[in-house]
Amino acid sequence: MAECVHLEYRVDGNNFVSAGTATESVKSFLKNMGVDPKDVRRVAIAMYEGEINMVIHANGGYAYADIYVDKCIITLVDTGKGIADIELAMQPGYSTASDEVRALGFGAGMGLPNMKKYADECIIESEVGKGTKVTLVTNFS
Amino acid sequence: MKISQAAQILEGTILCCEEFKDREVISACGSDMMSDVLAYAKDQAVLITGLCNPQVIRTAVMMDMLCIIFVRGKMPTEEMIELAKEREIVLISTPRRMFSACGKLYQAGLVPGGY
Ligand SMILES: Nc1ncnc2c1ncn2[C@@H]1O[C@H](COP(=O)(O)OP(=O)(O)O)[C@@H](O)[C@H]1O
Ligand SMILES: [Mg+2]
Repeated sequence: MAECVHLEYRVDGNNFVSAGTATESVKSFLKNMGVDPKDVRRVAIAMYEGEINMVIHANGGYAYADIYVDKCIITLVDTGKGIADIELAMQPGYSTASDEVRALGFGAGMGLPNMKKYADECIIESEVGKGTKVTLVTNFS
Repeated sequence: MKISQAAQILEGTILCCEEFKDREVISACGSDMMSDVLAYAKDQAVLITGLCNPQVIRTAVMMDMLCIIFVRGKMPTEEMIELAKEREIVLISTPRRMFSACGKLYQAGLVPGGY
């Protein structure tokens, strides 16, 4: 197997139905690779929250997965409205999601805290009006 | 207990993946907020929810769950049923409300699997 596998996905910003397909694809790839199911789930939860955020807050974007033997790096890039105060956005419960989004079961303000909780490293870079880049590193046990 | 027993206890209808109704499940979690499921669920095999949209199925997939129980008679769409079928997740609909559905299953021996 190659030293690193690179996977790329376009995440459709207007499609709440397809949201999560990129994550599901990465999840099955890791599972087939024989990665510990606990680690697979950690990657899946963090990436899924990030993918949902791109759909509900940034009108979509791109998801990349770089998979190594000992770790996986997920990068989520969008050109949405950006996050003005990252520290505030990271607070559990903080959310700017609309009631519509909340009625869909998201918008509890737990997405970024979940990413931080499950990934070994969670780096958020954002510029208002330009977009957001989230990097999630998960080391395999 | 078996998934089929859970359906029976709740007077629920199995909507798809009937062939997996004999799978054993030990613990469950009940929530309408998917982020909470993602944050707090551990190894629960059953999700009890009043929310009914495709992201409920996706959430269950991420958590490796085997069964979703929709309360208050909520009926998943064809699209959701297709999603669940492809992922071998049993969907059940029960007329019971959340508290009553959870209580019945708890009483019958399903554990929370968390605090
Ligand atoms: N990709 C993004 N683009 C723009 N804003 C974002 C993005 N991701 C998160 N945010 C902002 O950070 C807040 C907190 O995110 P999160 O913890 O996932 O909660 P939620 O998605 O439930 O609102 C969001 O409400 C939103 O204001
Ligand atoms: Mg979120």
